[in-house]
Amino acid sequence: MSEVLDKPEVARIYIDARGPRFGAVITTTVLAIAIVTQSVWVIAAQATVFAIGALRGPQHTPYGLIFKNFIKPRLAQPGPTEDVRPPKFAQTVGFGFALVGTIAGFAGATTVFTVAVGFALGAAFLNAAFNYCLGCEMYLLLVRLTSK
Amino acid sequence: MLAIATAYGLWWKKREGAIRTTKAVPDHRLTAAVLGEELGSRATMVQFSSAFCAPCRATHSLLSQMVIPMHDVKHIHIDAESHLELVRRLDIRSTPTTLFLNRDGIEVGRAAGTPKKEQVLAALSAIA
Repeated sequence: MSEVLDKPEVARIYIDARGPRFGAVITTTVLAIAIVTQSVWVIAAQATVFAIGALRGPQHTPYGLIFKNFIKPRLAQPGPTEDVRPPKFAQTVGFGFALVGTIAGFAGATTVFTVAVGFALGAAFLNAAFNYCLGCEMYLLLVRLTSK
Repeated sequence: MLAIATAYGLWWKKREGAIRTTKAVPDHRLTAAVLGEELGSRATMVQFSSAFCAPCRATHSLLSQMVIPMHDVKHIHIDAESHLELVRRLDIRSTPTTLFLNRDGIEVGRAAGTPKKEQVLAALSAIA
């Protein structure tokens, strides 16, 4: 009875669970810099990182590559692995906020920029500090709201 | 923003996995016809999962392992997304959510997140 966790049409890719969390730490820092400096280019760069994470998976983002090439070889213990889909979902949500922030930034809508980047920062921070699972909390609510 | 996120994170961490009797929706009687599987003769744990959910897997392996030596307790696993009517009726908001049912299929407690083994054992032993 675990077919929901093992849907055959979805390629089952497992990644080191510490990778996305490491990425969340960098993401939190980058987003905080974006808010403090009100820099459109910083959030545009982060939106690009989110896009890679959403489309290809967080292990292919620059942060994922830093983890794989520089952090992981220095970790003594092999880490727990996890399904790539939950962090991919979180990257997609992050991309949504970062995209709104980027567009708002270029359009000069400062408040929208700060709010959108603020939400992304909040989510990234929750992931980094508490191992918060965005997909667990939000996905079902989204499905409930968007379908009859 | 970070202060709000921290407060929310601490609250979330605290309730994550806790089995709470106050959140149960006791008006609904869940039957084998609704769940697609026979209930346990004493208690049943009904786990709702979704695809974008890492702790669902951990919860599934914990609960399915735990019921192996229990002859009167069953673990039933449900894909929340394909049972939206039931999800709405039972007000399931996040995954994994596990309902603890008594022998009559009445919910007596529920856990959002991955519960600890001791919590599950305590909840099950409270079901007569």
